[in-house]
Amino acid sequence: MVYSEMLSKKLKEADAKEGSRISLRNGDEEYIGRLMPHHDFSAPDILILKMKSGYNLGIRVLEDSVIEVIERPSPVVVEREEPEPREGLPNFTLVSTGGTIASFVDYRTGAVRPAMSASELVDAVPELREIANIKARVLFSIFSENMEVSHWQELAEVVAEEINAGADAIIIPHGTDTMSYTAAALSFMLGDVPKPVVLVGAQRSSDRPSSDASSNMMACARFCAEGKAAGVFVVMHEGLGDDSFSVHTGSRVRKMHTSRRDSFRSVNVPPAATVSKEGVVKYCGEPRSPSEGEATARTAMDPRTVLLQYYPGMDPDVFGPVIMGSRGAVIAGTGLGHVGQPMCRVLKEACEKGIVVVMTSQCLGGTTNMNVYDTGRDLISAGVISVGDMLPEVAYVKLMWVLANSESAHEAKRMMAEPMANETGNRRCVL
Amino acid sequence: MKGAPELVCGIEIHQQLSTRKLFCSCESRLCDEGDGAYFRKLRPTTGETGEIDRAALAQYKKGIGFRYQMAEGVSCLVDLDEEPPNGPDAEALETALVFSEMLHARIADEIHFMRKVVVDGSNTGGYQRTALVSTGGWVEVNGRRISILSVCLEEDAARKIEEKDGEITYRLDRLGIPLIEVATGPDIRSPEEAMETALRIGTLLRATKRVKRGIGTIREDLNISIPGGARVEIKGAQELRLLPDYVSNEVARQRMLLSVKEILNGRGTVPAETDIEDVTDIFTDSESKVIKGALSSKGKVLAVRLPGFAGVMNGDGGKLRLGSEMAQRARTRGVKGIFHSDELPAYGIEECYVNILKQRLGISGVNDAFAICAAPERKARSALAAAVERANEALEGIPEETRDPLPDGTSKYSRPLPGAARMYPETDVPPTEITAERLKEIRARLPELPEETEARLIRDHKVNKQQARQLVRQDFSDLFERACKAYGDMSAVIATTFLNTYSELEKAGVDTSSISEAGVMEIFSLLSESRFAKEALPDILREVASGTPPEKALDKLGLESLDDREAEMIIDSILKEREEFVRSRGKAAAGPLMGPVMESLRGKVDGKKASQLLSEAIARMIG
Repeated sequence: MVYSEMLSKKLKEADAKEGSRISLRNGDEEYIGRLMPHHDFSAPDILILKMKSGYNLGIRVLEDSVIEVIERPSPVVVEREEPEPREGLPNFTLVSTGGTIASFVDYRTGAVRPAMSASELVDAVPELREIANIKARVLFSIFSENMEVSHWQELAEVVAEEINAGADAIIIPHGTDTMSYTAAALSFMLGDVPKPVVLVGAQRSSDRPSSDASSNMMACARFCAEGKAAGVFVVMHEGLGDDSFSVHTGSRVRKMHTSRRDSFRSVNVPPAATVSKEGVVKYCGEPRSPSEGEATARTAMDPRTVLLQYYPGMDPDVFGPVIMGSRGAVIAGTGLGHVGQPMCRVLKEACEKGIVVVMTSQCLGGTTNMNVYDTGRDLISAGVISVGDMLPEVAYVKLMWVLANSESAHEAKRMMAEPMANETGNRRCVL
Repeated sequence: MKGAPELVCGIEIHQQLSTRKLFCSCESRLCDEGDGAYFRKLRPTTGETGEIDRAALAQYKKGIGFRYQMAEGVSCLVDLDEEPPNGPDAEALETALVFSEMLHARIADEIHFMRKVVVDGSNTGGYQRTALVSTGGWVEVNGRRISILSVCLEEDAARKIEEKDGEITYRLDRLGIPLIEVATGPDIRSPEEAMETALRIGTLLRATKRVKRGIGTIREDLNISIPGGARVEIKGAQELRLLPDYVSNEVARQRMLLSVKEILNGRGTVPAETDIEDVTDIFTDSESKVIKGALSSKGKVLAVRLPGFAGVMNGDGGKLRLGSEMAQRARTRGVKGIFHSDELPAYGIEECYVNILKQRLGISGVNDAFAICAAPERKARSALAAAVERANEALEGIPEETRDPLPDGTSKYSRPLPGAARMYPETDVPPTEITAERLKEIRARLPELPEETEARLIRDHKVNKQQARQLVRQDFSDLFERACKAYGDMSAVIATTFLNTYSELEKAGVDTSSISEAGVMEIFSLLSESRFAKEALPDILREVASGTPPEKALDKLGLESLDDREAEMIIDSILKEREEFVRSRGKAAAGPLMGPVMESLRGKVDGKKASQLLSEAIARMIG
């Protein structure tokens, strides 16, 4: 809510700006404090003053209240120094896209703002500079739920550019909400990228001492500094303690909890590596070694793709037109990859029209297998393809890429089923 | 200074509420067991200029962290900082508003929760959520008004379970329990007034019927200074009856330190240098246990000169005790203690050693002193540096500090007075508007004030004014009323039980807090059925306090009431033994015989009944 007209007028007349020390008089009462910004959920005629004790007090302003400015705010100047690069350390580029990990709180007002400059980001974790020389750039400052295909494309191009300019690793601070989508997109766009490209986020805001932002960043940096693995990865907490971190394959990871530090989990495979709080990295299997080759970003995407989760009673009259209007559809079916009869017919129709229909499972864990039940077999006959144990969101991103990088539905289907960035596999062990 | 008060004192009270936790739906209680021990580090955050405190960061980089235990039923993801906060709890907020009204305070029109940064690990997020609810209230204590500067609603901190190798383990049961914080102005002028003020505030809090009871549910902090002195905080007192002692002992300590300052300044003493010398070689053959112990574990004996400080570290017949202050500072550096020249020779350190040491240090003046420490070198050095620092502070006056209360009514140094903690808005919790309508509703539904409860007890249960006051002050009024409602004709006994019997038992070492409310009600129930005589109450209470259920206690103590027939038989046999006496005294024999009769019947027959039966038996005997 914004200030009421009456209150706005009074503030304007007194020329009272945020940060000014003001006096507010209501009859016999007088309050003196620093004017705080209006809170989104504050009532319209409430003024918020920061008291000397540090507490904020909300006080109702009335028609005959008197507001007077006692002292104007003094601007806070922050001195920033760019440190010299050090010999013998690897060179990392930080490409920030925003998110909790790249926001700061103005302690005076409590307002959260995105990083103003890239060096601000690095200065928040100065220990990074002991592991690598850091070049930082802020590419976007957006909530990750507002990310779109165009953002992924721009990001991939910048990543390739930076690697080709000499970066040994790229670290991408990112909002956690859609971090796994971006990771999948980069996995396909960058292909066999010659260096590690690691997305990192934070579940807890960085203003608080308990924030996971810095420890996730450090684990990320240590993984990159070892220089043993190339590819696209996501680094977050492994468990609820700050003692262990997971490095997830970018095409195999999903946010599985709304708020826990360890919300990111590798699905159907173990994480590619773990990092301890002392910085010891343990790999699962043989990582693909980095090389000095050229990085290329193949960013063409066909956005006429939909991702639908099947539910009982899904109405073909509503969703038929949606699917028929697309070039590709990923279905998160039930169980081994099923949908109800009415939707079966829609999918058959779509395939006949040349739309690429891909089946995944809303169970997330396990592989689809449409040979087992009648429903599945009907779907196969209809032309729907299975992509094994690929996550629905990853399949959706891949399908956009495949449709833009193939000549026919037949070729697209073949490419969908073939792993190109570890996004699907043919073995699942007890984890 | 004419008109200046002798003592300036304010208190701050933290009271736990019995509602659910402030920001989640967990129950507010402690748990004896913890699960797991999640490891966390709390990072020093950027300051206002955008920089991180380098010293704090160095500590953080050493890798020292905290461990947090969950506790079943009383901790959840919110407590572990794994989920955003809910709330605030409506009942807790209501309680804070009601209590503010009872204090005549001005409630904020909109309540905003803040994050108050705390990096000692006692809050998982690294901050405490706290809100200012009201200001400008007052309480009346013995006819004087004591101002209430603020009433805040905040969450309690996690509970320290252990500390090992610098790593602290906390349990999250206590974290998040709502606290009402009441801060008085510096209006208190005597030690007794401090206790009376705390009692009055405590009584008003209890009147809300939403506070927790028992050890640790209410904590008092005292802020004390004298003219020419400094503000000293004694933090975390739990025993109300010791409050006057804490205040008067602190006043005495500050007066002592002012005397010390005067003496030192009069002599022209200047700050001592932290010029620490290794004097281990002097003490290699010393028989002192402390020194031998230190040397055998590869420690050293270090010494420092304190020119001009003789006689004030322990002087004037023990009245001047700067040495004690210095030792308390030194102990914070990990040593068991220091020795200083005012107390030597002693502790196994003989005069010859003292003389050699004085010679070595070049101390010859009658006002010159020294201090020594025997411990591992790094710690000893740090300890002596702290001792010198404290000695030098005595030249300026009294340092502001935070002190820990001790069970004997004194206090010891804890840490420097904290600076203002960083506070910024808790943006995950929306503000709460307090409308005029809401205020009206609260005012219409205020709980019964203590005075009203007292009046009611007098009126309905026939206790006198003094008893009513004590029942309310000692927090027995609820239980008393419940018991009286059930056993109306026993109100006198019930009152006596809580007000007199309980305290007598406590004096005899019985822990009456282990008698549950259900337990004492059952005892009254048995009494109402005449299953035992009221004279046996103390014995039964004692037995139940030790863990025996009431019915079993009756059995165990053999206290089943006798019916009149059985009692008569016992009385008759007593009279038979003393037949001559009875016949010679007649009715008057009753008085002297009550003693032996009650002893035989004790607890099994009511005194009044016994007296009646005895008179009848005597009448029968003498015909």
